[in-house]
Amino acid sequence: MLTHSRSLGSRVFDVFNIVVMLALCLITLYPFYNILITSFNDPTDAARGGITFWPRVFSIDNYRIVFQDENMLRAFVVTIARTLLGTATAVLFTGAFAYGISKTELVGRRIFLLLAIVTMYFSGGIIPYYLVVAKYLHLKGHFLVYIIPNLFNVFNAIIMLTFFKALPKEIEESAKIDGANDLRIFFQLVLPVSKPVLATIALYNAVFHWNSWYDAMLFGSDKLLTLQQILMQIISSNSNVSQLASQLGYGAVSAASLKLATMVITTLPIVFTYPFVQKYFVQGVMIGSVKG
Amino acid sequence: MNSIPAKHRLRNRIWQQRYLLILTLPVVLWMIVFNYIPMYGLIIAFQEYTPFQGFIHSPWLGLGNFRELFADPTFRDSLYNTFKISIAKLVFGFPAPIILALLLNELVFKRFKRIVQSLTYLPYFVSWVLVVGFMYTLLDPDTGIISKLLVNLGIIGSDTMLMGDSSSFLTLVVFTEIWKNIGWNSIIYLAAIAGVDPQLYEAAVVDGANRFQRVWHITLPALKPTIIILLILAIGGLVNSNFDQMFMMQNSLTQDAANVLSVYSYKMGLVAGRFSYGTAIGLFQSIVAFILMYIANFASNKITKESLF
Repeated sequence: MLTHSRSLGSRVFDVFNIVVMLALCLITLYPFYNILITSFNDPTDAARGGITFWPRVFSIDNYRIVFQDENMLRAFVVTIARTLLGTATAVLFTGAFAYGISKTELVGRRIFLLLAIVTMYFSGGIIPYYLVVAKYLHLKGHFLVYIIPNLFNVFNAIIMLTFFKALPKEIEESAKIDGANDLRIFFQLVLPVSKPVLATIALYNAVFHWNSWYDAMLFGSDKLLTLQQILMQIISSNSNVSQLASQLGYGAVSAASLKLATMVITTLPIVFTYPFVQKYFVQGVMIGSVKG
Repeated sequence: MNSIPAKHRLRNRIWQQRYLLILTLPVVLWMIVFNYIPMYGLIIAFQEYTPFQGFIHSPWLGLGNFRELFADPTFRDSLYNTFKISIAKLVFGFPAPIILALLLNELVFKRFKRIVQSLTYLPYFVSWVLVVGFMYTLLDPDTGIISKLLVNLGIIGSDTMLMGDSSSFLTLVVFTEIWKNIGWNSIIYLAAIAGVDPQLYEAAVVDGANRFQRVWHITLPALKPTIIILLILAIGGLVNSNFDQMFMMQNSLTQDAANVLSVYSYKMGLVAGRFSYGTAIGLFQSIVAFILMYIANFASNKITKESLF
């Protein structure tokens, strides 16, 4: 580092800085860790509280109960299905638009771009949106209500547009001379070389779909419950989970513990994918922020 | 070429670009359905919307919904709560990622820096549902580990229910907001810091500037444009407290502190079924947001010559 930074004050600051950062890491991680260990503790014992670093009475009962619940299993399937299908379709749909308007010669390009940008500043708000989706399109209670309204996202489109604009023109031009049309160029040439941006946008969409509960609350049905929505119901009222616990012959005391197991189950997939895709989303923020 | 009529030229161009248009037009159609028809649907704020008559044929009310709104004490309370919460978030939450970015940049061990960065992004990727679940668990007066710690430190009484207490509500809102977003929001500042010319720092060292002076005279000025643009956006958002967070954190005990405009609009519009009234609340919110952003942008343009538009 810089040579003149070795004064006493500077070193005191270094130590202070490291301590602050360690504290920040602890505050960030400990809630995750505490939920995890408590969820592996015996429910009756957990009700005494005070579990800090290790489960006191190890048990997997909480998970056993959660995985016996039919609603939970269905929610798992629904959530995975919407995440996979929703992500794949949104990346393609958003990418296709971004590719189209990355071509300056496109007829109507300025109008399409303007239409997209206006939506960043104005919207009808939740109620007219609800009426359009539920009353006019009749999507309420249909699985596609998770997919179709989320096909496009203007921020993601801008990130992709910035990426496509930076691709070298020569490859596409030579493909054109060889007689390839724009569809072929997009699917066979552009998409394969756009993996970093596709991975970034896929991650954003996957996180959105996995975490989303609002649309499930507005437009879902009993058959379309998602994991986050179940978690939300459990958190906002303990009744469901106590009911479930007593149905299965467990006392009301385990209600709080079942909540923990559900939290862990809804979080683990994200925490596990996180290290693999981390480098991509940082890149994504950078590409996005260049354009502002 | 010039002899071909304009109409034919346009038709030719469209035909040549038909495959590009196949890629682009579906999204244009999608935007009309999911963005522009709801915008048109805002007219129901001036109507008494009935589902049978729809956006176009519902009876007109003029400003009736708004007159009722301004006379509604719950609306006034929710407006007050919205501003109170947003201003607290702005004062404490806005500088937090800037400070984190500056501290990270001063870390001597680069590897440690990367680890801290990666860890602090993590909460951004989990839902508000989960964050609030954490809070209920960790702040439970009987079993919560943080409640126990605060009781032992003498900060709260042993029977305090933090999640059911209107007076601690604001603190918890601001704290969780920072906890969830600080790492993620610092990325953009770190990117701006990374773009600073290292020669500036070298020259400052030659001139005898200490570390604090280098941060103050080089790093912070380099961040200024980013800070101002994000500040304008944040001021524009003062009237939009985060729905996810507020909706999840409210319970019967904290309602008077947690009732904000977005939650009130949802409750009146979709839960109580008063579509027009709920839309009027939402429209009021958008208009105020737009005015605030305009004022912030104008002020920043005058004072610092930086502006968003």
